[in-house]
Amino acid sequence: MDNSLTRALRGLGQQFTSRIWRLGYASRFFLALLLHSGTALRRLHLTIREIYFTGVLSLIIILVSGLFVGMVLGLQGYDTLARYGSTEALGVLVSLSLVRELGPVVAALLFASRAGSAITAEIGMMKATEQLSAMEMMAVDPIARVVAPRFWGGVISMPLLAALFSAMGIFGGYLVGVQLIGVDEGSFWSQMQAAVDFREDIVNGVIKSFVFGIIVSWVAVFEGYDAEPTAEGVSGATTRTVVTSSLAILAADFILTAFMFTGA
Amino acid sequence: MSQESLVEIRDLNFTYDSRPVLTGINMTIPRGKVVAVMGISGCGKTTTLRLIGGQLKPTSGTVRVGGQVVHELDSDGLYKLRRRMGMLFQFGALFTDMSVYDNIAFQMREHTNLPEALIHDLVMLKLHAVGLRGAHRLMPAELSGGMARRVALARAIALDPMLMMYDEPFAGLDPISLAIIGELIRKLNDALGASSIIVTHDVQESLKIVDYVYFVSEGRIVAEGTAEDMKNSKVPYVHQFVWGEADGPVPFQYPSRPYGEELMASAVRRG
Repeated sequence: MDNSLTRALRGLGQQFTSRIWRLGYASRFFLALLLHSGTALRRLHLTIREIYFTGVLSLIIILVSGLFVGMVLGLQGYDTLARYGSTEALGVLVSLSLVRELGPVVAALLFASRAGSAITAEIGMMKATEQLSAMEMMAVDPIARVVAPRFWGGVISMPLLAALFSAMGIFGGYLVGVQLIGVDEGSFWSQMQAAVDFREDIVNGVIKSFVFGIIVSWVAVFEGYDAEPTAEGVSGATTRTVVTSSLAILAADFILTAFMFTGA
Repeated sequence: MSQESLVEIRDLNFTYDSRPVLTGINMTIPRGKVVAVMGISGCGKTTTLRLIGGQLKPTSGTVRVGGQVVHELDSDGLYKLRRRMGMLFQFGALFTDMSVYDNIAFQMREHTNLPEALIHDLVMLKLHAVGLRGAHRLMPAELSGGMARRVALARAIALDPMLMMYDEPFAGLDPISLAIIGELIRKLNDALGASSIIVTHDVQESLKIVDYVYFVSEGRIVAEGTAEDMKNSKVPYVHQFVWGEADGPVPFQYPSRPYGEELMASAVRRG
């Protein structure tokens, strides 16, 4: 009994210390990534190529999801607001929900599943097929040449995708609220313009999506670079990217929201 | 260090997870020669290559390349040294997102300021040397195993290295590709005036082209000499390896309890 308790405690302690060790390793990796970012920013075409793969190729899923989320918000928002006789505020509800919260968060979750997993799988496969080793042997640093452009491509793409998500969402809300249900078009747009503050709402939303972009891209490149060089290792790393970055996005969202939108 | 040798390995030990991988290795790779390091899978051959390339650090001992102790170099020094080395990986390790042409131009673009027109001519020259000039537009996924290995060879010689390292260059190739790669290794070494190290377990093909052979078993050098010496060697391990005998110093059975004992134990368990 004593032995099994000791074993269980030891196992728990080992898991805890290995997680702390891994977090430390990921932080050192992040630092190395920033220090080696010169190449990615100097040779901009490397980063632009990654913006295409992570950003442009994620457009369809972001735009379609944004449209549907906005349409659902239009339906649900109208139903709730009708109880209080303030259906003309539908534009405010849809736009604030999207710009402050749903745009950055849902776009980041979709980005983690679509682009984050692809980045991890690509870097992991490059490791498994010795492409990263080959690069090292050619005196080319893989962190500077492969990892940094993918990281910055993700960081730059994320706020743009979140903005497009919010724009499509607002359009979806308009389609349902104004075109389908018949909310007054003038009230929909004018109340939205009056209520949405550039600094408080839009800039804070952009800051959120920028932070989420850093989180997803960091997790994705780290998991790929640290993946075990086997098919199973790459598959596990891809799963970890989606799970870790999704949880980190939600936790960071709570912290950022607490700082940005409370106490004013 | 002798002027005649490009690589000198002295009293090299390497331990991984407190398990000795290489013990007391001494090797010399003379300039202009092709040297093979042979042994069964997992005997420490590839580790030796990685120690020469500076991807691993020795536990003790030294590896000198061109007079420089590899593990004492800082990252700039190591990268400078690697620009004068070429390495062919086991399955080519071509960059899958780049065409054959871009794979070979990669190092030229990264390390030189040559104009694109000159890079084009050099890439074609390298591809011509391996007989694949016509394949420059193909992607790695469109190449056969032998072609991929030849493209990787062309990429490895892109900057005319002084030292070429080959990690199992013959693995998984058909007989024709095997002969082509063997011939290319020898011809390119002589044409470039380079030195080459081949890590392999393919005896027949490599003994045709090498000048000297080291046999490694369980992390130690057990025999060395010319190809002819190895063919006539009386060392049991070398004899078994060269003549491909199923049983010998390298046993057919993975270490286990005697089979009779195991059958008895299982009968007793079943009652």
